[in-house]
Amino acid sequence: MGVFKLRINNKIHTVDVDDSTPLLWVLRDSLDLVGTKYGCGIGQCGACTVHLNGYATRSCLLTVAMVGDSAITTIEGLSENNNHPVQEAWNKLDVAQCGYCQAGQIMTASAFLEQNKNPSSEDVRMAMHGNICRCAAYNRIEEAVVSAAEKMKSNS
Amino acid sequence: MHTNKKNNVDRRSFMKTSLLASGGILFGFNLIKAVNPESLLTDAVSNLNYQDFNAFIKIALNGKVTIFSPNPEIGQGVKTSMPMLIAEELDVAWKDVTVAQGKLDTKNYTRQVAGGSQSIRFAWLPLRQTGATARAMLVQAAATKWGVSIASCQTKNGFVIHSSGKKIGYGDLVVEAAKLEIPTNVTLKKTKDFNIIGQDIKNVDSSKITEGKPLFGIDFKTPGMLYTSVIRPPAFGQKLLNFESAEAKKIKGVIDVIRFGDKIAVIGESTWLCFLGKKAITANWSSNSTLENTEKQDEDLITLLEGGSIKGVKLKTVRMDGDLETAFSKVDRVIERTYEAPFLPHNTMEPMNFYANVTADKIHLVGPIQTPEGSANRVAKLLKRSPDEVLLEMTRMGGGFGRRLKNDFVLEVAEISSIIQKPVKLIFSREDDMTAGFYRPKVKYRFKAGLKNGKIAAYHIKEAAIGGNINKSRANFFPAGSVKNYKVEVAKLRSKVTTMAWRAPISNFLGCAEQTFLDEVSEELKIDPIQLRIDLLNAADSSDNRMEYSPKRMLEVIKMVKEKSNWRNAPKGTFQGFSAYYSHNTHVAEIAEVVVKEGMPVVTKVYCVVDCGIVVNPLGAKNQMQGGVIDGIGHAMYGDLDLKNGTPQSSNYDRYRLIRMSETPQVETYFIDSDEAPTGLGEPTLPPAAAAVANAIKAAMGIRLRKQPFIKNWELNIS
Repeated sequence: MGVFKLRINNKIHTVDVDDSTPLLWVLRDSLDLVGTKYGCGIGQCGACTVHLNGYATRSCLLTVAMVGDSAITTIEGLSENNNHPVQEAWNKLDVAQCGYCQAGQIMTASAFLEQNKNPSSEDVRMAMHGNICRCAAYNRIEEAVVSAAEKMKSNS
Repeated sequence: MHTNKKNNVDRRSFMKTSLLASGGILFGFNLIKAVNPESLLTDAVSNLNYQDFNAFIKIALNGKVTIFSPNPEIGQGVKTSMPMLIAEELDVAWKDVTVAQGKLDTKNYTRQVAGGSQSIRFAWLPLRQTGATARAMLVQAAATKWGVSIASCQTKNGFVIHSSGKKIGYGDLVVEAAKLEIPTNVTLKKTKDFNIIGQDIKNVDSSKITEGKPLFGIDFKTPGMLYTSVIRPPAFGQKLLNFESAEAKKIKGVIDVIRFGDKIAVIGESTWLCFLGKKAITANWSSNSTLENTEKQDEDLITLLEGGSIKGVKLKTVRMDGDLETAFSKVDRVIERTYEAPFLPHNTMEPMNFYANVTADKIHLVGPIQTPEGSANRVAKLLKRSPDEVLLEMTRMGGGFGRRLKNDFVLEVAEISSIIQKPVKLIFSREDDMTAGFYRPKVKYRFKAGLKNGKIAAYHIKEAAIGGNINKSRANFFPAGSVKNYKVEVAKLRSKVTTMAWRAPISNFLGCAEQTFLDEVSEELKIDPIQLRIDLLNAADSSDNRMEYSPKRMLEVIKMVKEKSNWRNAPKGTFQGFSAYYSHNTHVAEIAEVVVKEGMPVVTKVYCVVDCGIVVNPLGAKNQMQGGVIDGIGHAMYGDLDLKNGTPQSSNYDRYRLIRMSETPQVETYFIDSDEAPTGLGEPTLPPAAAAVANAIKAAMGIRLRKQPFIKNWELNIS
């Protein structure tokens, strides 16, 4: 066990957990930040995606001991009022079916669009390859990422 | 033509009104009974109490409407579309409506919630009548207040409007309306007057989903709640001999390790500690019988198809028309093909989980389940308690696909909580979820057609399966009634492997096998595959009242998909495959387009046309259609689950491939314009998708795919 100070959504949280605990379970079980979802635990499905210093990262593979003083952003901290361009595109296009994987999809898309301001549709399809949607709402997810990219371009 | 169940219901049997302390009115109704007309409440309304109502329409003094719906959301959109039906007939603006998840009290359930694709079909009349009844009472209150006739009053957007032009909001009428008798005869709107039905309405939970709010069962917590995860027998048919848990118990935060039946539960302070605890346990398992292997199961299923007997099981006839033997003896040619599909786990993204707090005076259960009543009763029976003591609350579900009709995990967590006497949340790891069973049945079909004078003169379907079989209903699907000599035979192989309904049960692979077979028949006859279907449908015997599809509606979807896809005129290098299938009362036709890239088939586009009657919410409907098509393609291409010594050989997404965005086609969706009552859409676009792709791949590469997963067949054929 160990005490860890974590910088999550611009706030410092202190937790006392086993060193081997993945960040995912710290978020969900210790800090009540349950927007980040468990899907596979082996980095294959993307449901647990958060931002680590702005980069999309699988929180199921990142142990709490590895986080250090990196800045973590979860779906709960992506925007003030659910108004990140990616969230807005998701709501505008009514993307979700069951909705379970969507936080991970949104976190992957938002980090990707920070890195690539002018993605081709092939770029989008490859960037989102790591996130499984079992309802297969892929057409709308793709459309929403493209729409958010356009919005972010016109905002910048 | 098959006729739907009668949906005429006496509203008094499931509706009651009352005035709220806040001054608003509450129309209470039993949504479950409302949509299940065969299980009415007692006619004596005065005998009912409010516990009998699980859904409410609340109209506040400011005119705002809240619809409390107990119907669980699996992702098929009913939490949005069902309240739309009420709001339409109540005649309020959708922007003034809030949809809230009603709390559930299982002791008032007399029937479980209708399965996915049936929800809208059964709700169509009762929910509209409920809204119309509330509206009629508001109109009557206004007419009385003004001293005018009801006939001189109209409604619009939450107002009653008199012919003189004066108007009054619903909020100002609720106090009077609450005092009125509930009318028994109300008029429903005509299709052309719909303001909400047919509009694009967004998922009512969309913003909560994009903000990451706690909506799902796995997100539910109570103070002091513990976590648990369970070790189950690794192979089907195994029993627990003994286990060693000292190492697990040394982990700080692991509270206990208990045995229940042939399972071991680790109880801990967090999910992760339970997972760690499980890894630290060594268990020994035994089996009384031979553990099953995929190869042997395959052999046995083929034996059954060939008329053999396995452990007393043989083919038995489900439907037989005409004289098959004589017909086959007179044909010019016979074509016979075998199609095969593996077990498939449901793989909902939210793994199975449930919360239980079993105490001396009550049993509190919370989580994602589609069968609340059955689950509550089973828990009561297991723990030898009265069903009255069980309170079961349903949460949003991170997918279902049939898995959450099964309540194994509810029983498990209830038993664990009753042993440890504490509130506890059970979570399946992905490995637990994928290996615990309840798979899509493993199926093999043998289709045989006798061809004479360019037509199908005899048609024989044989099915051998582990799990579900073609039932009487499905034996009446196309081409039953279109071919004079027709026979369906089925056999169910005994197995320790558990199976369960999986999205579009039976149809999910029957559709693929049949529509691939018809493509092969059309090749044999050298006629256009679409023309073959059209000829069959035109030959349908309209006097056959067992037929569960409408040839006319099927012809319409086929005609439209042919037009939209520019059939047989695709650009050079693009190859098309056709498929059409009826299931869940909905008619669907699809055309897939495939190109070949680096020797591999790539599905680039699917045209999908459905006739699901009136489309309640096109925005949600299109999402369901696209999802169903891509899900169908994904599982046909990649889904596989082999058994070795009774043990599933895939347990997580590293060895179980699900379709991903870069592999998905664009799905173009179209509806047949219809005034017919709506039918299901959560499932019917899935069954035809695999065959559309298989037929396109045949056109593109000359490879005929008869065995799922396609990717495996294809690799085998290439090497």
